[in-house]
Amino acid sequence: MSTVKTLEDLKRIREEALEKKKAKATSGAIQVTVGMGTCGIAAGARDAMKSILDVIEADNLTGVIVTQTGCIGLCEKEPIVQVTIGEAPMVTYGKVTPDVAVLIMKEHVIKNQIVTGHQIHLP
Amino acid sequence: MRELALHILDIAENSVNAGASMVRISIHENTLADRLSFSLTDNGRGMDEELINQVLDPFYTTRTTRRVGLGLPLLKAAAELCNGGLTITSTVNKGSRVSCWFQHSHIDRMPLGDLVSTMTMLLIGYPDIHWIYRYEFNNRLFEFDDEYFKKELGAVALSEPSIISFLRGHLEEGMRGVREPLPLSVP
Repeated sequence: MSTVKTLEDLKRIREEALEKKKAKATSGAIQVTVGMGTCGIAAGARDAMKSILDVIEADNLTGVIVTQTGCIGLCEKEPIVQVTIGEAPMVTYGKVTPDVAVLIMKEHVIKNQIVTGHQIHLP
Repeated sequence: MRELALHILDIAENSVNAGASMVRISIHENTLADRLSFSLTDNGRGMDEELINQVLDPFYTTRTTRRVGLGLPLLKAAAELCNGGLTITSTVNKGSRVSCWFQHSHIDRMPLGDLVSTMTMLLIGYPDIHWIYRYEFNNRLFEFDDEYFKKELGAVALSEPSIISFLRGHLEEGMRGVREPLPLSVP
């Protein structure tokens, strides 16, 4: 796929994305949330989110919603990433370095297998 | 935080937490006047005089309000070390503006850092907020207003792979375009 940078190309991107969305409508929605409070940013949350977006871009993963949230009160476990797939309960990961973020994307988001070693349990 | 781009991300999070629906981020690198400045303007709930003083005081704020972090006092101290400063102006229920400036050539000045990542993440992470991004280099301007962009995309999520590529490419090219010297015109 060629890269597109001008605003004129947006219409084409939209059509392509909508087609892919139609084809994928059967599987449950995937939501990935990154904690971006001051604590998260200082601990490297931006690098974690960058890795997540890199995987989506490189593997051409459609249908993954990536959002941010503020401090969730576990500053010592930052960077924190939360994954929700369809109706399954949300899974929270702590100390998410860029490498761990890639692992979460490859194992949990793509194969639906929780990365147990980095999972944390909310109080 | 070792990059100004990370501080910008941090201040933008404050705007989001203040309930803003619009945030304008302006960055101006002026090597001719030896000044690097940036500002974030939002239409969030704003702060009164007392709260402004609190968010700038690292010892007071950390113990009382969890919502307010150490980000602003640290940035203010870093700016003052580089012959710069940081000011906050705000009106309750109207919005806030954080302005920060540095001597561009100061040896201790933090690098601007990865502005493309900061902007891409804010745009994708908070799709309900209207983001306006202005990057000026010696009075040459690149501006990105996401309103037109989102209208064109309609219901397509911003975290789709083609959109991520587009945003990264568009922002990178736009900023590089104003940084590079103008080609010499041949008469």
